[in-house]
Amino acid sequence: MDCIRVQRKAFSAAQEYAALSADAGDTGAVVLFVGKVRSDGEENPVVALELEHYPDMTERVLEQLVRQARERWQLGRVRLVHRVGRVALGEDIVLVAVSAPHRREAFAAAEYLMDKLKSVAPFWKKERRRDGAETWVAAKPSDEKAASRWDD
Amino acid sequence: MAGAVITSALVFKRAGRELMLKVRFFASLREGVGCDCIELRPEQAATVAEAIAALAERGPRWRELLLATNVLAAVNHEMVKPDHPLADGDELALFPPVTGG
Repeated sequence: MDCIRVQRKAFSAAQEYAALSADAGDTGAVVLFVGKVRSDGEENPVVALELEHYPDMTERVLEQLVRQARERWQLGRVRLVHRVGRVALGEDIVLVAVSAPHRREAFAAAEYLMDKLKSVAPFWKKERRRDGAETWVAAKPSDEKAASRWDD
Repeated sequence: MAGAVITSALVFKRAGRELMLKVRFFASLREGVGCDCIELRPEQAATVAEAIAALAERGPRWRELLLATNVLAAVNHEMVKPDHPLADGDELALFPPVTGG
């Protein structure tokens, strides 16, 4: 029932929503989050991200996070899609979609999964700028803080 | 005299361990060391920290990247701490803090 994918090609948030909600009578709430590649407003702006990952570990970590979310909240279905490879400006990088009987659990689980994913899932982003320059994105302390606030 | 030398050699062999590790590097660490995967047979590396120290001895660039920057480790696809014990055949992955999502 849960669908966790790491893939190079673009995904459709609409299709993921449809798959999540189909024939799910006990679902009262669906929360769907999408992370996108945004412009940083610089003169030599970011035009794309290049995402590397640790193939044998990534899906395993994501599945573990979903299991942990299910231990904490009563959920319906979870769909998680993360792209790797080249993702251009304006495109979707990651989708976390959660259904539940009630909205409190759906909101909490979706935020938990994103916060944790950003802190423990083995992906690394590289920014490509218009002039061809490439820089690895550095991990942010705020992301680490966001992840640890879910811990007891 | 000869008897004493033989005894020492036997003691050393019993204390030593055959360890073959597959070490993988990712992201900026991979670019920095210039390879994505090596086989490591450390003479003395019981833990992740000791394996990293053995790699750092390959040269100043290795030392700079592995000891001076924040390096995370996973063994057989699970995140571990530096004091994690290593076993023969383990896959050790070394990488910078993650930036997915």
